[in-house]
Amino acid sequence: MDFSFSEEQQMLLDTTRRFIAKEYSFEARRGFRRQADGFSRDIWQGFADLGLLAINIPEQHGGLGGGALETMLVMSALGEGLVLEPYLASAVLASKAVTALGNPRQCAALLPALASGEQIAVLAHDEPATRYDWKAVATRAWPLGDGYVLTGHKSVLPHGTSADILLVTARLAAAGQPGALAVFAVARNTPGLRLLPYTTVDGIPACELWLDQAFVPAAAMLDAADDAEPALSLVLDAGLAAVCAEAVGALDKLLAATIQYAKDRKQFGTPIAKFQALQHRMADMVLHIEQARSMSYLAVVRSEDKDAATRSAAMSAAKVVIGQACRFVGQQAVQLHGGMGVTDELDVSHYFKRLMAIELQFGSTDYHLEQFAGQLA
Amino acid sequence: MNLNFTPEENAFRQQVREFVASSLPADIQYKVVNGLILERDDYVRWQAALHARGWGGSSWAAEFGGPGWSAVQKYIFEEECAAAGAPRIIPFGVKMVAPVIMAFGSPAQQQRFLPHILSGREWWCQGYSEPGAGSDLASVKTAAVRDGDSYIVNGQKTWTTQAQYADWIFCLVRTDTEVKPQRGISFLLIDMKSPGVTVRPIITMDGAHEVNEVWLENVRVPAENLVGQENQGWTYAKFLLGHERTNIAGIGIAKRELARLKRIAALEMKNGKPLIKDAVFSARIAQIEIDLLALEITNLRVLSAEEQQRAPGPEASILKIKGTEIQQAITELLTQAVGIYALPLRREAMAAGYQGEAAGPFYATPLAANYLNMRKLSIYGGSNEIQKNIIAQMILGL
Repeated sequence: MDFSFSEEQQMLLDTTRRFIAKEYSFEARRGFRRQADGFSRDIWQGFADLGLLAINIPEQHGGLGGGALETMLVMSALGEGLVLEPYLASAVLASKAVTALGNPRQCAALLPALASGEQIAVLAHDEPATRYDWKAVATRAWPLGDGYVLTGHKSVLPHGTSADILLVTARLAAAGQPGALAVFAVARNTPGLRLLPYTTVDGIPACELWLDQAFVPAAAMLDAADDAEPALSLVLDAGLAAVCAEAVGALDKLLAATIQYAKDRKQFGTPIAKFQALQHRMADMVLHIEQARSMSYLAVVRSEDKDAATRSAAMSAAKVVIGQACRFVGQQAVQLHGGMGVTDELDVSHYFKRLMAIELQFGSTDYHLEQFAGQLA
Repeated sequence: MNLNFTPEENAFRQQVREFVASSLPADIQYKVVNGLILERDDYVRWQAALHARGWGGSSWAAEFGGPGWSAVQKYIFEEECAAAGAPRIIPFGVKMVAPVIMAFGSPAQQQRFLPHILSGREWWCQGYSEPGAGSDLASVKTAAVRDGDSYIVNGQKTWTTQAQYADWIFCLVRTDTEVKPQRGISFLLIDMKSPGVTVRPIITMDGAHEVNEVWLENVRVPAENLVGQENQGWTYAKFLLGHERTNIAGIGIAKRELARLKRIAALEMKNGKPLIKDAVFSARIAQIEIDLLALEITNLRVLSAEEQQRAPGPEASILKIKGTEIQQAITELLTQAVGIYALPLRREAMAAGYQGEAAGPFYATPLAANYLNMRKLSIYGGSNEIQKNIIAQMILGL
């Protein structure tokens, strides 16, 4: 049993952390939010230069061929920095989706630009009625001529507005029956796409996406497999493991900020850190965070497990523990900061909002409790 | 033991219900019921409607133009207004400074200020907290130094709700630095238009502008604006804490929000069934409703004691803690009801008359902002930690 990191892995973590510490102060982040994309293209290039965008891409397509552990290390550092850039969306989910589902020609066409940062791709799978059940998509693809017509509505798509390529999940329509699940690489300028842009509670640019009879060529369908479900399940679990790691990074920062505040803030002639009730509250935060860290490790290890049932149970368990940590630590960090905690000016509320968003994405805590419960007996 | 209201109280409830139904403007009700953004004018219109009915100061004695209601009637009034979607009365004028002026102010102050508070013509804000004085309010440093027939005030107040709209501010100021902190505080009324008063917005995490910093630089305040006696301000502030606390539980607001949660849960579908029929989700609603029922009865017990002249005291802390926890739980469960559609935060879509496209169901629009905004409930009004200290000291004698 060994919970340590190799020298190479530690270096990856340290390098990413150093970059964030230098380039991603909270004030710098405020500036990035105001940019046209809602994030910084310079930072994105910085990630590319460090090789971070290549981690989830195979070597033969310009990548580094890394895995879940490397992703976890990078994501934890990005979580500490409350990073706005589309790392999770493009460098993890979309990169893995293309790698897993694209045929060699498609991989060669799409992946190098993702690794270099030249292009951004986003996996669009949530829909209004799916309630986290990614298999239950209503988006349909009808064969037409030498391509497909896509119609559907994708919900709350982080970084959808910046995507050069939208990887859209849809079921092939044939004779009235929804058929196999497929993923289509849809170029942003495809006629028939409509976006409603907005910002989510955590400051990330996002959008609704409608495909109104959008025609895509046959080559757009990532067709390395007849049915995308098994591969897509692995891709989404990799995303889930990544977001768990991001949450742990944010949780660590939030606890550190809370401890420092409690030491600095004096009321009734003493730092409030001296009050036992608040010490116990911070101890409770430690309990949540250490459990979350443990489950983040489990998620990394199990996310690549070929046995779907084992993998699914572990991923759900991880999301439950992390979701509960997000809620408790986030709320208590705000509470312990008093009035300052509810301001926009201080970074505490921004961590709180990111943790809120993480809890609601990739399946809420209740969703995963039910998933886990479903395999109890 | 009798848990029922009297026939007279029930008739009064009906009277209030009919008044609200006929006098609450529909556009205001819509905003309140659906968690949308209220404007200054909305509060002004509602206060005017109440005042026209003689109900502008629900807790005021008849001698000051109030309806002279019993504790139970005040409770019923608050509950019915909240449940029907009337905006929460901004408390600083009607419920905070007015009772202090009535109890401790001079006749001149009563004549000058009370009628305009009642009609809503003058708005008030509360100059209490400072950067260094939050939970430890007695440590306020804003100084008021006597200079002839004025006080010269210097300092900074913070978390001042709606200072941007206020005409007047009532301030706890330090008039003696040599004594124990509580003994050197005075209660001073300051015109917000005085030279030297600067208001700076504080934006909260939901993007709202509700609270402010108020900077006071060499503000000259007529000495006749001192309420009561110099250095007795802490007594008046404590009087406020014991006064008007029995509606601190916010039962009416919680009932209205719980009804909203149930409506949304009935509209949201999960696996082909309404969410309100889902075992897990409905159990969560049930827990909240049960907690609210228990709190309602506790609130009635406190009211009953008040009616029998047993002064309410630390029990208000129980009402505050449970009331705020329940309201926060409802805002949280509302976000869970709509799942990912709780993520878009679009303040422009929360404003009256927005005709654009919704991201997801329309009712999901304000839920993130509502959840974020309500984190303040457990922090303000005496944080829940302070309330537990009060319970430990005053109820348990520890």
